[in-house]
Amino acid sequence: MISIRNLTFSHGNRKIFDNISLDIMPHKITAIMGPSGTGKTTLLKLIGGQIKPDSGTILIDQENVHALSRNKLFTLRKKMGMLFQSGALLTDMSVYDNIAFPIREHTKLPESMIRTLVLMKLNAVGLRGARDLMPSELSGGMARRVAMARALALDPNMIMYDEPFTGQDPISLGILVKLIQTLNQTLDLTSIVVSHDVQETAEIADYIYLLSEGKIAGQGTPEELSHSKSAWVQQFMQAKADGPVPFHYPANDFTTDLLANTQQ
Amino acid sequence: MNIFQSLGQSTLKALAKLGRSSLFFISLLMALGYTLKRPNLLIKQLYNVGVLTFWLICISGLFVGMVLGLQGVYTLSTFGAESSLGIMVAASLVRELGPVVSALLFAGRAGSALTAEVGLMKATEQLSGMEMMAIDPLKYIIAPRFFAGFISLPLLAALFSAIGIIGGHLAGVELLNVDAGAYWSQMQSSIDFYDDIVNGIIKSIIFAWLVSWIALFEGYDALPTSAGISRATTRTVVNSAFAILLFDFLLTALMFGAN
Repeated sequence: MISIRNLTFSHGNRKIFDNISLDIMPHKITAIMGPSGTGKTTLLKLIGGQIKPDSGTILIDQENVHALSRNKLFTLRKKMGMLFQSGALLTDMSVYDNIAFPIREHTKLPESMIRTLVLMKLNAVGLRGARDLMPSELSGGMARRVAMARALALDPNMIMYDEPFTGQDPISLGILVKLIQTLNQTLDLTSIVVSHDVQETAEIADYIYLLSEGKIAGQGTPEELSHSKSAWVQQFMQAKADGPVPFHYPANDFTTDLLANTQQ
Repeated sequence: MNIFQSLGQSTLKALAKLGRSSLFFISLLMALGYTLKRPNLLIKQLYNVGVLTFWLICISGLFVGMVLGLQGVYTLSTFGAESSLGIMVAASLVRELGPVVSALLFAGRAGSALTAEVGLMKATEQLSGMEMMAIDPLKYIIAPRFFAGFISLPLLAALFSAIGIIGGHLAGVELLNVDAGAYWSQMQSSIDFYDDIVNGIIKSIIFAWLVSWIALFEGYDALPTSAGISRATTRTVVNSAFAILLFDFLLTALMFGAN
């Protein structure tokens, strides 16, 4: 469904992706994992065509995202849902209007049918009762579920989740994990989950790519990765404090550093 | 060497920003059709930008006019020319103070609000979110706000001048006993529709374009952090004030310099 070939992207002088290639299989949940700051969110923005790569191609259903005209890109985006980390709900509209918003903008459906659609989407995430609340009245987990309902409003083929589990309490976390899984199955979606929460992601992902320092450091099913021989993959998957990624940020020798004052 | 380096760097930065803002302005103009097709978006922003600034403009206009009345009588009476108060008040309001002061107030009240709103929408990913829903935020969010500012400010400036003239009447005629007939008739005979009023309106249209453009671009271009938004809001007010005063000088030189 999505194939990324030889992608290179730099931000300022820092290379975020260095010639990476990966495939995202249709109707599966693919997880992109890696430490904070490895450009996982940037990858979603590249797939969505919000930013352009320095080189390389991203094909979605055989269409090169970054070669499309603005109109064609917008048509393609109607087939994509994206869940932002903050939810990105429009703060001056109620929950109901937030979900109705993309439907109202892109279709000419009568208001009665829009109502049915909105209530169906809200029911799928369990928040039909919260339709009159404003985004500021929602908890973090609820906001993310509303955003999920809005991402599904136009019945996309694929959905991208940006850090869906970050900062959630255990109950919200459980709900989100279950929702991502059931929505993927019942709606036959292609899901991409960007996350650094190993346990939750490994539970639902069909395939995982581990990114580190602009490269793919490991890939495979969760099962394969947990038996990986790479020390880095082991450190990440088992959340060890020290390993190939050192506990200390690079610095001078500790003793010389401490004595530097006395020598002056 | 370092001085030259930093000079070059800041010049390049400024030029890049000018380029970005020009492109931004062009895409706003292209969104005019969309805004006209969606009048409800425009009306909502006319309320936010224009109507909410109404009382500020009314009250400021009244006091500026009253001060002009007092100062005018004080100065003119040394020449025994109190009867010309009407011309002085009306000419200074319609030509200068109306467009300039209302634009400065507008930048402080509406411009800063626009920058903060758009900047915060950017920081909370609402603009990106819209893009991913295949809705162009430039058309849906920015353009209605721009045209609302563009329409409101000239109207507010006219209101400012009108109320200021009434304020001048209150101070000069009611308080300091300048002859009411002289106040109005001198004004009527000396203020020219094209030279004074139309030129004032042209000024306020140009200020409206400047302030709305600066405010929205600063918001759209802001660093999406709390410090970034606060700096952008400050820049909106400061840069708008500079731009208004600079353009006021240029326009005055063009309009009245030849006589």
